[in-house]
Amino acid sequence: MTDRLAVRKTSKLYLGGAFPRSESGRTYAVTDARGAFLANAAWASRKDARDAVVAARGAFAKWSGATAYNRGQVLYRVAEVMEGRQAQFCEEVAAGEGLSAGRARAVVDAAVDRWVWYAGWTDKLASVLGSANPVAGPFFDFSTPEPTGVVAVLAPQRSSLLGLVSVLAPVLAGGNTAVVVTSRDRPLPAVTLGEVLATSDVPGGVVNLLTGDAGEIGPWLAEHDDVDAIDLTGAPPAQAMELERLAAGSIKRVLRPPAEEPDWSADPGLSRMTPFLETKTVWHPIGL
Amino acid sequence: MANPFEYAPAPESRSIVDVAPSYGLFVDGEFVDGSGETLKTVNPATEEVLSEVAVGTEADVDRAVRAARRAYTRVWGPMRPADRGKYLFRIARILQERAREFAVLESLDNGKPIRESRDVDVPLAAAHFFHHAGWADKLAYAGLGPDPRPHGVAGQVIPWNFPLLMLAWKVAPALATGNTVVLKPAETTPLTALLFAQVCQQADLPPGVVNVVTGAGETGRAVVEHADVDKVAFTGSTEVGRSIARAVAGTRKVLTLELGGKAANIVFDDAPVDQAVEGIVRGIFFNQGHVCCAGSRLLVQESVHDEVIASLQRRIGTLRVGDPLDKNTDIGAINSHQQLERIRELVGIGEAEGAQRWQPACDLPDRGYWFPPTVFTDVSPAHRIARDEVFGPVLSVLTFRTPDEAVAKANNTTYGLSAGVWTEKGSRILAIADRLRAGVVWANTFNQFDPTSPFGGYKQSGYGREGGRQGLAAYLKGASH
Repeated sequence: MTDRLAVRKTSKLYLGGAFPRSESGRTYAVTDARGAFLANAAWASRKDARDAVVAARGAFAKWSGATAYNRGQVLYRVAEVMEGRQAQFCEEVAAGEGLSAGRARAVVDAAVDRWVWYAGWTDKLASVLGSANPVAGPFFDFSTPEPTGVVAVLAPQRSSLLGLVSVLAPVLAGGNTAVVVTSRDRPLPAVTLGEVLATSDVPGGVVNLLTGDAGEIGPWLAEHDDVDAIDLTGAPPAQAMELERLAAGSIKRVLRPPAEEPDWSADPGLSRMTPFLETKTVWHPIGL
Repeated sequence: MANPFEYAPAPESRSIVDVAPSYGLFVDGEFVDGSGETLKTVNPATEEVLSEVAVGTEADVDRAVRAARRAYTRVWGPMRPADRGKYLFRIARILQERAREFAVLESLDNGKPIRESRDVDVPLAAAHFFHHAGWADKLAYAGLGPDPRPHGVAGQVIPWNFPLLMLAWKVAPALATGNTVVLKPAETTPLTALLFAQVCQQADLPPGVVNVVTGAGETGRAVVEHADVDKVAFTGSTEVGRSIARAVAGTRKVLTLELGGKAANIVFDDAPVDQAVEGIVRGIFFNQGHVCCAGSRLLVQESVHDEVIASLQRRIGTLRVGDPLDKNTDIGAINSHQQLERIRELVGIGEAEGAQRWQPACDLPDRGYWFPPTVFTDVSPAHRIARDEVFGPVLSVLTFRTPDEAVAKANNTTYGLSAGVWTEKGSRILAIADRLRAGVVWANTFNQFDPTSPFGGYKQSGYGREGGRQGLAAYLKGASH
């Protein structure tokens, strides 16, 4: 028993529902909070980011066109599958973030519960954010929230799982598809989350996870014309302004980074969903 | 054969309007001289100079922002919300009382037909103030949090196509939510904003709550870039919108943009042709096509193309182009020489790229800026006139065979402001509306607006909404719409 040679995992990207290596062939060493080697992660390149945008765009019609009830069930399924991988997540979060087993467990539980919270939102957004508008004329006029499109997410650098889920799930709940750059130094929970997503019912391409450096890939995503919005939460602080300027080129919706990484255990409210929702208003004449 | 649509001229009297030879800036409740140059604003229908207005400098803008900040901190912020609302009700009432004056002045300065300024621009502007007045003391019920707070000073830059109406879209929600305002009207159409400043005085609105700084692009830039402006709202071109988004990057300012469009107006073969033709005309020739949400791409189902185009041409032949103050005029003057050149350039490109240009026989006045209603057929999706916003009375006609093709072509644009669908089939309307990536979809109608109805774009048509409950979010801190 003790002399069995361990099977080490090759960590890869999650892109278009598959697990490719970086096209660049690059990898980087991931260490635990104390600096001990954990694994080699794929180091995503500009080309990987562009491939991920193509995958996310391709998946958008189906995901945004699914019923809200269906999207809710799919996101709940993510929570279910994640729960079954609890031990693995706890181990990775504890190692990467330097947490005790108990703290890591609390973080993983909160991450699972966050999927459940957003799963329950999918079929309430239109009721809460939409409206029937009493226009001064013979028209039925109503407004509904719709997803913005392809959202680039620079995930938090510190909170590698709860933070990641807290920025990703709201994007998906609204019907968007996502290209996520994970925490650079703590990418392993994201890699495992990719495996969870692949084995739940989230269609391929809806979520694309790029391990690597937000500082390197961020600018390519910020100026990509087929990205509709960008969440700068995990951007290097010194680079945030430049990324926002690049995003202006195609009038992207920009969620600015917080002054410092927030307490992800707090109730997020609607604040992470509405930046990635559009309001569509439809006018119908009323008449016989 | 005599044209059965001949009408005797029926000009609206301009005597109701008293245009001063020159205007200063409206800062801190009074008209003051600007510290820089002046610019002339002309009647685009005659090229007659109407007045000279100040070109606000950075120092002027700074003075206005300081006034707005003082008013925000000392008066407008602490004021009982119900009282803020009452001021807005007052303004709405004064706009209604002086409606004719505003309509004539708008048509003089902008060139739009009096029928539109009288029946659309001015009544809708008053309606926006009336609607938002009621919000002032009901914000806690708007679903935007229990105690939504204003940003502070709003810097607002508006375009020349609906000068007073865009002012109302910007100023009414800003004031209702407790912000104060520095407004920069468009270079070519400053006069109704200056008349509005007089309305603010007439309403006894506290000094500094609304400040109007006239000027051109540099003045607008000074408003947007002023360090003490908390909120920036802009309506205009996508190009300027980009530069504004870059300018506010890295600041704490919050931004909403209402930019260009290239709306598809989709006509299915079961649509009642006469109604659809009226909607196509309303979609593209309303306000000379100077409308960001204009239905400038007609997508008509192939099987009815010839019938629709023949009927459309017949109808366009009856449109009257000419004196904006004539109550019978359908299409007025192009707002400026510069815009006329832009339209001519794109129409030239349309012909050069191989589309077929059609214009009715139509006498245009000798002086002023005019362009006849124009229809291009045989347009391909790659043509510039199918992609670029012309912002003039120029319609590009494309065809489709299936609903999928219609949706694909409609969405094949970097813009996403509006769209139209014409069909008798209700379920098809909803299916198509669902799939169109546009902020406003008009089904069997076009170019309808209302203060209760959120307006704004997807994609490069901008972000944020104006109107309705959703529109309030732009002017409140941390508000989720």
